[in-house]
Amino acid sequence: MNWLQHLPILPVLVPLLAAALLLLPSETRRRRRAAMALAATVVQLVVAVVLLAMTDGRVPPAWGGEIGVYALGNWPAPFGIVLVVDRLAAIMLTLTAVLALATLVYSLARWERAGSHYLPLFQLLLMGLNGAFLTGDLFNLFVFFEVLLAASYGLVLHGSGATRVKAGMHYIAVNLVASLIFLIAAALIYGVTGTLNMAELAQRVARLDADGRTLFDVGAVLLGVVFLVKAGAWPLNFWLPRAYGAAAPPVAGVFAILTKVGVYALLRFATLLQDTGAPAPFGGDWLFYTGLVTIAAGSVGVLGAQRLSQVAGFLVIVSSGTLLAAFGFAGTTLTGPALYYLVSSVLASGAFFMVIEMAERDRKASADLLAVSFEAFGLQEKDSTEHPDEMGGVAIPAAMAFLGLVFFACVLLLTGLPPFSGFVGKFALIAAAIAVPPQAPLLHAGLFGAALLLSGLAGMIALSRLGIRVFWDSARPTPRLQWIEAGPVAVLVLLCLVLALDAGQSMAYFHAAAHSLHDAQAYVSAVLPVAGAGVAE
Amino acid sequence: MEIVLALAIGTLAGSGIYLLLRPRTFQVIMGLSLLGYAVNLFIFGMGRLRSGAPPVIDPARGADPALYTDPVPQALVLTAIVIGFATTALFLVVLMASRGLNGTDHVDGREAEKQ
Repeated sequence: MNWLQHLPILPVLVPLLAAALLLLPSETRRRRRAAMALAATVVQLVVAVVLLAMTDGRVPPAWGGEIGVYALGNWPAPFGIVLVVDRLAAIMLTLTAVLALATLVYSLARWERAGSHYLPLFQLLLMGLNGAFLTGDLFNLFVFFEVLLAASYGLVLHGSGATRVKAGMHYIAVNLVASLIFLIAAALIYGVTGTLNMAELAQRVARLDADGRTLFDVGAVLLGVVFLVKAGAWPLNFWLPRAYGAAAPPVAGVFAILTKVGVYALLRFATLLQDTGAPAPFGGDWLFYTGLVTIAAGSVGVLGAQRLSQVAGFLVIVSSGTLLAAFGFAGTTLTGPALYYLVSSVLASGAFFMVIEMAERDRKASADLLAVSFEAFGLQEKDSTEHPDEMGGVAIPAAMAFLGLVFFACVLLLTGLPPFSGFVGKFALIAAAIAVPPQAPLLHAGLFGAALLLSGLAGMIALSRLGIRVFWDSARPTPRLQWIEAGPVAVLVLLCLVLALDAGQSMAYFHAAAHSLHDAQAYVSAVLPVAGAGVAE
Repeated sequence: MEIVLALAIGTLAGSGIYLLLRPRTFQVIMGLSLLGYAVNLFIFGMGRLRSGAPPVIDPARGADPALYTDPVPQALVLTAIVIGFATTALFLVVLMASRGLNGTDHVDGREAEKQ
């Protein structure tokens, strides 16, 4: 069983190796490349599920205790770099792997061919995501952010075309500036505390003098701003809807989790710093109102958007705003439901980006875009079909019925109506917010509930309006689907249904995750076994 | 020494931010590069300024940490330089693609309307 202790490094190593190997066979060997990419992603899913089971104690963990710590090169924590697996990290890893597998299978049907190096970039994106969720080191968090961003720059331009390049350039410029701010923040925090290890950081902050504390707060605020840019918080999110709307659908689908990396990092630092009083961006009223304004801005965007892909982008902003408001809410009881909501909304947005591409397939705008990109890469001759839209292999009978049902399910999920998990998530959030009042002003609970319900209403109005335009368009031909396109979307929606039907058990797990997350001392003493005991005072 | 470094970082960062807010893609990439230099110098400064102190242990000098400067910021600067280099190259490619596709080097892909 000794090799099991090396599991935490696999989510980083497997995609890295897969990306390197995927560069070797030429782009024409589709089957081999597809098999390699699929195998790598399935391995990541298996590893993530095993880690999930281990952190919950269902499988005996390869390490003592709930939190797994993997010291790279076996250098102990303050000196070496560590990977840390706790429940939250395991949840995020599993979510990434599930979403990645679904979007990968979907993209193999046709989008993978719209440009070059899709599969290696996709694996590098996964490596960055997994690394960012696992790392216990501030500077490594920066490095993994850069890995996932560099891959996402390539992916957002996948398929080329003027719209993508235009939206992509804004996306890249904003994120490059954010990376520079991240560096300033990391350097400042290191300059004051003398450590980059997140657990040791939590200890050292408590021992800073007043001057050091001021400098540290400046660094932490800059760090928070970076995470808020990634999370798509208003007013730092104007790049988001355009970039997501212009990206190829499977890319946009997997990007649904990209904003949640910012939310994750914010939550991780907030819980580690909470004992010493986290500075503004990491919690409290400030974050709560930022979340509310983000929800409002996203809802206005949802109502105003003219295309479904833009609506989907604004819905991502709304879900980010909901999470930020929940984390800013007084007390810690909202964290569990918020994690449940996070998982449900990521799965739903991923499915939604793909289903709207299928539904809009034979309509003018997207067909044009696709034709341009296929032309640009000269792929028509090889595929021996005149129109890429007719490549669809076996046409599923009643494809329209399937699309309608899935679209409907996604709308219910994203707006938070029963019977899907979106409803359970929002219900649990509002219920927890109402239960808190002894600690929080009643106004907050009221505002929070109103924002959640009104944003759901806005989503409902916009989606039914655009849905009518897309689905009741009598002049359109029935879109042709392939099984491997319809399958992943159906699986994502079914997973949300399972999440809702089994809400009791899954919510218990998310509550346990939130509980262990807020127990920062456990994290610190797991990472720094020796020093952790001495500084408990 | 501190005031010189601080002024250098300030000048670089100020020019970088000014260029970043300009409408031409070439100005934006110059701005990003200048900001990158400012940030790299800043990280370097976070290891405290000392002259004549190497970051790597030299057997002839002995192992007293007081004789050496903090090696961590220097390692961070190296990483930051490499990453900055890669992202600048990538941004340059996007800039060229945008110029080719839109026929203009405006950051919005089209010229602003003249008043």
